[in-house]
Amino acid sequence: MNKHELMDFDEALAMFEPVLGFEVHVELNTRTKMFCGCANEFGQGANTNTCPTCLGLPGGLPQVNSKAIESSIRLGLALDCTIAESSRFARKNYFYPDTAKNFQTSQYDEPIAFDGSLTIELESGRLITVEIERAHMEEDAGKLTHKGGATGRIQGADYSLVDYNRGGVPLVEIVTKMIEGGEADSPEIGRTYVAAIREIVKALGVSNARMEEGNVRCDANVSLRPRGSNTLGTRTETKNVNSLRSVERAVRYEIQRQAAILALGGTITQETRHWHEDTGTTSAGRPKSDADDYRYFPEPDLVPVAPSREWVEELRATLPEPPAARRKRLQEAWAFTALEFQDVVNADLLDPVEATVAAGATPASARKWWTGEIARLANAQGVDAVSLVSAADVAALAGLVDTGTLTDRLARQVLEGVIAGEGTPQQVVDSRGLAVVSDDGPLIAAIDEALLAQPDVLEKIRDGKLQAAGAVIGAVMKAMRGQADAARVRELVLERASAGGA
Amino acid sequence: MSEISAEQVAHLANLARIDLSPAEIASLTTELRQIVESVAKVTEVATPDVPATSHPMPLTNVFRDDVVAPSLTVEQALSGAPDRDGDRFRVPAILDEE
Repeated sequence: MNKHELMDFDEALAMFEPVLGFEVHVELNTRTKMFCGCANEFGQGANTNTCPTCLGLPGGLPQVNSKAIESSIRLGLALDCTIAESSRFARKNYFYPDTAKNFQTSQYDEPIAFDGSLTIELESGRLITVEIERAHMEEDAGKLTHKGGATGRIQGADYSLVDYNRGGVPLVEIVTKMIEGGEADSPEIGRTYVAAIREIVKALGVSNARMEEGNVRCDANVSLRPRGSNTLGTRTETKNVNSLRSVERAVRYEIQRQAAILALGGTITQETRHWHEDTGTTSAGRPKSDADDYRYFPEPDLVPVAPSREWVEELRATLPEPPAARRKRLQEAWAFTALEFQDVVNADLLDPVEATVAAGATPASARKWWTGEIARLANAQGVDAVSLVSAADVAALAGLVDTGTLTDRLARQVLEGVIAGEGTPQQVVDSRGLAVVSDDGPLIAAIDEALLAQPDVLEKIRDGKLQAAGAVIGAVMKAMRGQADAARVRELVLERASAGGA
Repeated sequence: MSEISAEQVAHLANLARIDLSPAEIASLTTELRQIVESVAKVTEVATPDVPATSHPMPLTNVFRDDVVAPSLTVEQALSGAPDRDGDRFRVPAILDEE
């Protein structure tokens, strides 16, 4: 059969039960690599952060980064894992140029953390508890770029180029137990689980958690079990699915692909598969073979890691509020609709909105400023919103609007001034002279002048055509350079017109 | 410890990318068997209350602070490379994927 043939998703679920498993790699944001003092930095010139240890040169001796151990333990605790009394590193031997050492220093039989769980909430409100098998420490590999050939992929490539800057960067690999009973929610479970991990590592501050930079990477295992059978199907492992949406698509695709093969009496090959973002498909990689005999053995150059129970408890005390609980608390406290709250979460603005509310703004105005004008300016400049302006300044700005000192329009000008470094909102108001003119005297003068200039409008207003006042209001606002409250101007225009002014 | 067989030696040599002749496999099988048997003598004196160990020194938690140390220069890093392209190592295409 055509290998790209897919079975309808609902039909596939009628015949088979999906069984899932995920391996998520989290790159830690330590200053240095896992086993040497080379800088852990993204986007540097090729091979600028290497040394004899991470290049596997003779004489290199690994030394464990204490901060990486601390981050791993905190991540393990956040996933409700048991932290090992004694844990050790192992060599995973393989030959591939992404490591110059011919082995990856990883953990095998004694991971730092194990037996955890994470409860995630789907959009329907359904709760799924994902059991965590283990979270172990290891090092990342170098980056290969395939050259030649037509596709830029490895197939047909003439040669490959290697940058070892990433080689040796600390990783934590989080492995779930089998997830059964996901049914039609299976694709969403994949996306939501990876999103939850990303949120946790971010809240812990142990990773930059940027999926586009590969800080969080997911391998998705999918197998299908025929309805009524107790026997697990053969699973495939789709590698390096590196966006939340792709995790969902890849799981769905594998369910449909495997179902189509099994329904025709075919068999699934146990293999790694590659996810193609552009076509939304997976393709066969290498089948499991002798080469997967990694000859693990304890790393002779490193001694065991045996975190004292006191240290573990100290680290447990540093854990932040779980992100899911925090979201629930804030949404209730701020009384946002689900949609409004989701806007804030999706734009990654929970922290600044919370800080702005803490600085005295109302939740509604904090949300309005951050998801509105500030997000727009940040987007236009291609920077993070939080880098533009402080929560305290936003709260002060919102306060100036609430007290009537500024209109929304003037406040936007003040915001620009604050972003341009002209000082606090109050300082910008003072130096640019932007406050609303609240004294009626100058307004009345401007209104009388405008009415005099537009006698036809005055006539209409007197005839009861109040909408005609717009033209005069516009002229007054222009004359006042926007520094007037339009509602008050309207009141005064109608008052002056009917009083027979001008 | 099970006895070392010629098949095991051939398998390990294959995994380790070491090209062995049949004669080398035969002699290595004999030698490795003797080594394993010698090491196995330890189990004769080790009572069940002696735990297995992977390190001879009773050390744990040897850590380094998370402080950046100087790296090699790019030229130093690439000095032993058989081939290079700009600042990167150049290696033969390895048809491992797809």
